[in-house]
This record gives sequence, C-alpha cells and structure tokens, in this order.
Amino acid sequence: MEIHASYDQHIEVHKYYAGTIFGVVVLALALEAVLPVYFRSAAILELPLLITIYFGLSRRNPSSGLLLGMAIGLTQDSLGHTPFGMYGIAKTAVGFVASSFGSRIDVDHPISRFLLTFVFFHLHNAVLVLTDRILLGQHEPYLEMRLIIASLVNSVVAVILYPLLDRLRKT
Amino acid sequence: MSIPSRHRSLTLFAAAIAAQVLLLAVQIRRGQQVRLIRVWAIESVSPLGRGAAWSVDGVRGLWNNYVGLRHMREENDQLRGEVGELRMRNSQLESRAAEADRLAGLLGFRDVHSEVQTLAARVIGASPDPSSHMVFISRGSRDGVKRDMGVITPEGVVGKIFAVYPDTSQVLLLTDKESGVGALLAASRSQGPVRGSGDPLLGLEYISSDVKVEQGEKILTSGQDRIFPKDLPVGTVVQVQPDRRSPFQKISVKPAARLDGLEEVLVLLTRQEFTFRKDADKAPVPVASVTSPKPAAFPTAPKPVASVTPSKPTAPPPPTKPAIPPAPKPAAPVTSPKPAASEAPSKAVEPETPEAPKTPETPDNP
Repeated sequence: MEIHASYDQHIEVHKYYAGTIFGVVVLALALEAVLPVYFRSAAILELPLLITIYFGLSRRNPSSGLLLGMAIGLTQDSLGHTPFGMYGIAKTAVGFVASSFGSRIDVDHPISRFLLTFVFFHLHNAVLVLTDRILLGQHEPYLEMRLIIASLVNSVVAVILYPLLDRLRKT
Repeated sequence: MSIPSRHRSLTLFAAAIAAQVLLLAVQIRRGQQVRLIRVWAIESVSPLGRGAAWSVDGVRGLWNNYVGLRHMREENDQLRGEVGELRMRNSQLESRAAEADRLAGLLGFRDVHSEVQTLAARVIGASPDPSSHMVFISRGSRDGVKRDMGVITPEGVVGKIFAVYPDTSQVLLLTDKESGVGALLAASRSQGPVRGSGDPLLGLEYISSDVKVEQGEKILTSGQDRIFPKDLPVGTVVQVQPDRRSPFQKISVKPAARLDGLEEVLVLLTRQEFTFRKDADKAPVPVASVTSPKPAAFPTAPKPVASVTPSKPTAPPPPTKPAIPPAPKPAAPVTSPKPAASEAPSKAVEPETPEAPKTPETPDNP
C-alpha cells in the first residue's frame, strides 16, 4: 500500500485556467460542425471525442472526466439528430475510463497518447453500436474499414493536438 | 449511508449512465425529442458557424483580391479574349433561350414556373454526428422556412428541411440513411423511391426486373411525395444489378446535386401547395429543357398525384390514384423511410420525420 501511495504522489494532476475547458469544448464542437462544409474529408475527425480523452487523461479525476464526457456527448446529441443519450453514454464511458487510466500510467508520451486514443476511439464506437443495438433495436455494422481509418487518423491528430492543449495548462 | 470515497466516482458513473439510458427510454416511449435543449445548443453554435462562414469569405476575398492585383495585367488580357468569346456564346444562348421561352409559353410552362417560390440559403455547418448526412442553412422560421420543405440546387434535389429554428434550419441530405424521395425513370417512367444509404450513392428501389434500365439513365422526381415537384433531376443510374432473391432490380444512383460540397441551396417554399394545372399536366418534356435561366432549380408545378405519405394529417390524398404505383411495392413513405412496424423503437425516437403527426408550434417555434 505504501508503494501505491508513493506512486500516486508522483502522478501530476494538471489544472487549467477558468473557462479554458469550456472554450476548448465549444471550439471543438463548432469546428466539428463547420469544417466538413469546407473540407469534406474533415468529417472523419471526432474532435469532441479527442477533447474528452485529453481532459480525462490529464485531469485524472474520474468524476470530472465522466461529467465532462457526458456534457460533451449530450451537446453533440443535441446538435445532431440522434436521440439524447447516444453520444452522451459513449462519451461518459470514455471520460470515466480515460481519467481512470490517467491516474495510473504516463499519458504524456506521444506513443501512449496514440495508442490510448486508438483504443478509446474503438471503445466509443463499441458503446455507440451497443446502445444502437440493445436500446434502439437497430443493427449497425461495427468493424468497417472506414472505422479503422478514422481511428488511425484521429490518433495521429491527437498526437499533434494534445501538445497544443498542453500549453493551456496552469504552470 | 455514506459512500466510500474510492467508490464515489464509480457510483457517479453508474448514475450518469443510468440517467442517460432512462433519458433514451423516455424518448423512445414518448416518441418525442427534448426540443428546448436542442434549440439552445443549436442557437448557441450557429453564430459560430455564421462567423466561420464570414471569416472564410473574408479570407477568400482577401486572397482572391491579392492574387487578382498581382496578376491583373495578364488576367486583363486574358479576360478581354474571353469577353469576346462569351459575347458570341451569349448571343447564341439568348437566341436559344428565346426559342425555349416561346416553347415554354406554348406549353404553358412559363406560368407554372413562376408560381414556385424559392428562397436562397447559405450552408453554414454540418452535423457533428458523422453518421448522419445533414447540413445547417442560414434560413429559419423567421424567413418562412417550414419542416419538410424541399431543398434543391440548380443541379437537382438536395434533401428536405428536417428541423427549423428561428434563424437556422437543418437539412437532411438525400444520402442520409433516413432520407428518400419519390422518383421515376426518365425513359420508362417507372416509379419507385430513391433512398439514401449513408454512402455517396443512392438506391432506386422497387423497379421490377421486367423494366429495362440503362446506365446513364436520368432519374427524376415523381412529385408523389408532396415535397418536390415533378420532373426535378434526382440523379443518374450508375449501376444496375438483378436481384435473384426478389422480383426487383438493384439500381445505384449518383445524385445530380453535388452533395459533398454544398455552399448555397434553394428552399422550395411551396410545400403541399402545388395547384393542379392542366397545361402542366400535358407537358411532354421536363421543364429543365425549356426554361431559360435556371432550368433545373425552378421546377414546374407537379401533377396532383396521390400522396405517398398517407399518415400526414394535413393533406388528404386525392382519391383518383393509388398511393404507390405498382402492386408489389410496399406503402412505405418515400420521404423519410424509417421502417414502420418491424423497427418500432427506432421510429419512435424520430418524431420529427414526416410520418409523425405534426404539432403546429414545437417544430418551428420552440
């Protein structure tokens, strides 16, 4: 137990200036809505998910991680035409798991960020498909080539995006 | 009873998931969306979309002007040459347009054409949900836009208005899985619904294997969905395959409108208000070939055929024609083809589809 306690003491919990998280979330949602109009291929990006993962990993608090994921997911639901809760449930799960991971492993290394984003992207999609199938009775296909490409692209974008977001941390 | 701190976040997680599952269940059971939250969210994001559109226009304009100033002399010489060429082409086109106008006048199309009111709108955003093919446009209920109005471009059909907010509307594109339009083959006049599949190509359904369909054949609107007038271009046949398991063919259709790069669209303001005109009924050719300035975008008034959305309470179908053309075709509404009985839950969470009884206040003025 002592080892665990001393390990926890070395885990750095990052803080952000007031309004930073809100601003980043709104910007991500707005970009998600606007970018595909001008660049069709930008539809493959899942910026709200990347933001959920980032703040979950860096704040390392499961409660705030899941609440942030829920807020982002429900906002995304409200902007689309999916039933309320579809993206909410998926991003709540991702926010919770990401913040739980964040308190246990090094999440600042680019390779771990790439792998974590890849895994969380698939977790997000798995929850979406499960919700679709179990709650809504629809049979959405799961593993498609598009999903694999999207997860790889988003993981690469995460590796580039997260260092930029690191600059918003309180020093 | 206090919860141990190490279990607190797990409890909160379970509560959040349970609350959202409950929220989903309530929507399915009641068959309604939480409109107010949607309105708040969309109204707060749409100014950003407008701002982005404004900024992009500004940057684009600045860049174009800069390049134009740098290469003005070369462009001037080039443009002089083009002007001469265009003048010649213009005079040719004017004579053709005059001829077309005369033909249109003879056929009674011109009067019909002027009745169809359209509203230009700018595309200001796309849906953040990657699985849905939707865009936001810069016109809303304050401009007279209503739900289920048709949306077109000069090239052809784009989709229909899915939700209306004060200054913004959501357009469900033809390529969305829930989208569809009543259509017919230009050559054989065989009718069937064109449905979106979530992919760039559409599918024309319920065309019997006996009907001869060629690649490159044009698909036009049938006018039966009461959203789009008759004979608007929908797309072109790109692939025809026989289906061994059914008496119908598998027909893939490329949309006539360029749906992946929409910037400006026209909203048809005359939903369900097409008046029966005998002169239009007799027209032997589509209006696209006889109206001069914007042939495809300004459609003719359609024939008042029977409604394919029989559950809609606002427009009783005329008794003269059956709801759908050939006998084996199912009576699924083509405008928003959510499966009816077998997929009841998914239908229940989409109350804004045209099948649902329309409430006069909530969809347009929350």
